Amino acid sequence: MSRDARLWTTLMILGALALLVRAAWTDQGMGREYVRASPAADGRITRYEPATFGDYQRSVAADPDQATVRVSVPRSVGLWLAAFFTLAVFSFLYKDNPFYKIAEAVLVGVSAAYWMVVGFWDVLVPNLFAKIFPGVVQGWAMPGLTGPEAERNLWYLVPLGLGVMLLWRLAPRGAWIARWPLAFIIGTTAGLRLAAFLHGDFLAQIRNTILPLVVLGADGTFNPGASVANILIVGSVLCCLAYFFFSFEHKGVVGGAARVGIWVLMITFGAGFGYTVMGRIALLAIRLEFLLDDWLWLIDPAGRRMATLAQGLLVNI
Amino acid sequence: MKRTIPLLITALGGFALIVAYFIPHTQSWGEQVAVWFDVLASLAFVLGGANLLKIHLKHVSDRARGWGYSAIVIGSFLATLFVGLIKVGVSPAAQSPDYAWSGSYRQIGSAFWFGYEYGFQPLTATMFALLAFYIASAAFRAFRAKNLEAVLLLGTAFIILLGRTFAGVALTSWIDPANWEGFRYLTWLRIENLTVFVMSVFNTAGNRAIMIGIALGIVATSLRVLLGIDRSYLGKD
Amino acid sequence: MGAFLRDEWWIMLLAAASLAPLVRRFAGEGFFPALRTLDRRWIFLLMFWSVLLPIYYIGLTGQTFPEVPSALSQATFDEIERLQEGDPILLSFDYDPASEGELGPMATAFVKHAAAKGLRMYFMALWPVGAQMIDDTIARVIHTDYPELVYGQDYVNLGFKSGNEGVIKVIVTNLRELYTTDVRGTAIRDIPMMEGITNIQQMRLVINVSAGYAGTKEWVQYAVTPFPDRIRLVAGSTGVQAPLLYPYIPGQLAGLLGAIKGAAEYEKLVVDAYGGPNPDPRYLEGLRRMGPQLVAHLLIITLIVVANVLYLADRRREMRR
Repeated sequence: MSRDARLWTTLMILGALALLVRAAWTDQGMGREYVRASPAADGRITRYEPATFGDYQRSVAADPDQATVRVSVPRSVGLWLAAFFTLAVFSFLYKDNPFYKIAEAVLVGVSAAYWMVVGFWDVLVPNLFAKIFPGVVQGWAMPGLTGPEAERNLWYLVPLGLGVMLLWRLAPRGAWIARWPLAFIIGTTAGLRLAAFLHGDFLAQIRNTILPLVVLGADGTFNPGASVANILIVGSVLCCLAYFFFSFEHKGVVGGAARVGIWVLMITFGAGFGYTVMGRIALLAIRLEFLLDDWLWLIDPAGRRMATLAQGLLVNI
Repeated sequence: MKRTIPLLITALGGFALIVAYFIPHTQSWGEQVAVWFDVLASLAFVLGGANLLKIHLKHVSDRARGWGYSAIVIGSFLATLFVGLIKVGVSPAAQSPDYAWSGSYRQIGSAFWFGYEYGFQPLTATMFALLAFYIASAAFRAFRAKNLEAVLLLGTAFIILLGRTFAGVALTSWIDPANWEGFRYLTWLRIENLTVFVMSVFNTAGNRAIMIGIALGIVATSLRVLLGIDRSYLGKD
Repeated sequence: MGAFLRDEWWIMLLAAASLAPLVRRFAGEGFFPALRTLDRRWIFLLMFWSVLLPIYYIGLTGQTFPEVPSALSQATFDEIERLQEGDPILLSFDYDPASEGELGPMATAFVKHAAAKGLRMYFMALWPVGAQMIDDTIARVIHTDYPELVYGQDYVNLGFKSGNEGVIKVIVTNLRELYTTDVRGTAIRDIPMMEGITNIQQMRLVINVSAGYAGTKEWVQYAVTPFPDRIRLVAGSTGVQAPLLYPYIPGQLAGLLGAIKGAAEYEKLVVDAYGGPNPDPRYLEGLRRMGPQLVAHLLIITLIVVANVLYLADRRREMRR
């Protein structure tokens, strides 16, 4: 076995042992999900709402024989699965490996199907099938569908027909049939965007740039800060636009303005980079919080595993 | 014929929406076209899923490299689709307990919810969390202050990175009129104030110019598509 | 800090042990030579510890950095604060778990603020997974802290519709054409708070939590710009998107929360106004996340500075040759 493989095997074994000790031999344990059984519809249905270890401790303290709040084995297994997937994806940072590839494959499959299921139940059933076959849909899955919204509207055969033609794209022959719905999508998108971009991103932005270069306060006094800011905004926008004008040679005044425009754009991109860094780190933070809080039970900032409902006090560093 | 009708559909669909934008009496045409577009977008999800299935089935049948992972994709796809469409583990809605299919497909405790909560959600979130590591690596390897423009970019990045956390506040907290009266005119130099200034002046100006440029580009492209000048979306005959 | 280092010596030992080979390399090869051939996985490890250790510290001690809300966060807060009890507002959650780190705290704080003010909340989503985000936020805030709010009278979940900007285009003039039922399958006409609501121009405010396309930009373009006097919009967006939305402020976008910092500032405002003397830690998630942000930002700055020092040293060496 190579040195690398020996090191990783040792680390994996130590890690597994640490998890076993924490889960089985510490007072609190780790990685358990709890549920609260609550009857609905006059007791005909039992719902299992999420609960916490703190809820369980308080329920047991009130009544040691209670069974309303209890451990959920399937959800606990799910939690460990989620932790496994998280670590599998993180393992890619060291090296591409089969665990990462499995996690990636599961993600691709589940997300594609997720979108299909959401599209089916949230849009196709209420907005397509319920318009063409309202009675069938009402009797099958949407008993609450009543009133004018439940009336048959056969114009919806048009998007149904276009949708069937769209699926023809997958057929070995006759894929040209899918051009009709694609043309509809492209045309509609182009029509939507033309007006919206012209109005919201062109005209409105020109209007927003028409700012007073001499700003007076409510009492008529000159406000130097706001005036300088406005002059800089107007000047910067014009310089950036001068840079984007490639039909004129960037010489003389135009060249000078274009140069200033590049500087403004560099400041813009620097600001964008700063914000992007900020965004990415928060995404990492929530995953590490999941591992430390939800799975390992090493921290409990929200007090979900406290036996008493004491609120955490936040203290400034 | 194979290309003429699609070109007509493109033009009709697009111009119906543009006319509806300007003539209030034709608003209902625009609404109808937009509703059909919304429904068709959901059918596009079906196309996407079916296309994914087709590609991975081909991988498996060809025994291409990594076909085992394609089998996992197919398995997880079909399993999620099945439990979601059939509403496995979903109890009826409380207000209509006699209708077995009336419950929400995302009901807590259902198999679909399980797949989301313990599969989709952690996987998606962790994939994007990897970006934090790559941005650190890119910062070390790529950002070199080679010229004035690069210095401006890096300098602004430093101001934003410091100014949007307590580090910036602490670094320039000494610029306080309580320490020296003259600081009253220099409070704009505090990093958190500089950050606000950079964002509201230079960032706004730069992005505004970019926005104006993109808007003109979108208008030009949309007109080309609607007038049938650009036909690349139709593909080859 | 001293007590933390004493009690949690094991995690500090783990961090030190994992970085020991790197320190040995620097000592053996020299600082600059080691940096020139630095494996990026050491940078990954540094980033890992710089985020994990603050999370662990803040999780155990509950300490956070003080926050002073900026003008934009204050403007967002004021837009909601000026509304009266019973005013209808639309909340569009256009994000998925990939951005929950930044946007989850914003969504929670928005719903907390709206519920505390007694506003009538209409939830919808332009992203397929946004519908799940709505369910999670309602469960986290309304079901736990405001159980007296009645579904259908005080809040309603209209759910997801596909079509991105096409959805906004329709609902801005005709909501019921697209939304015939809510997510529970109840007909719109049978929901008490939907009476008289025909389009979103009747909403006093639109609150958008957005991770990308379709999101705040589309709400500005398709809702606010055609109806500037009828629709007001405030938004919370990711760090990637926020700088791109600044041109819309204040004409088309009344307030913006940018990235986790915006979330933390807004949380501070909401918690100070409505959190009581002992605010629930659930509403302080953004504030807690500013700790790892600070350390990671300092790491990034250090990496850039060190890399540029190395670059300048190498350039000087080459010029001497």
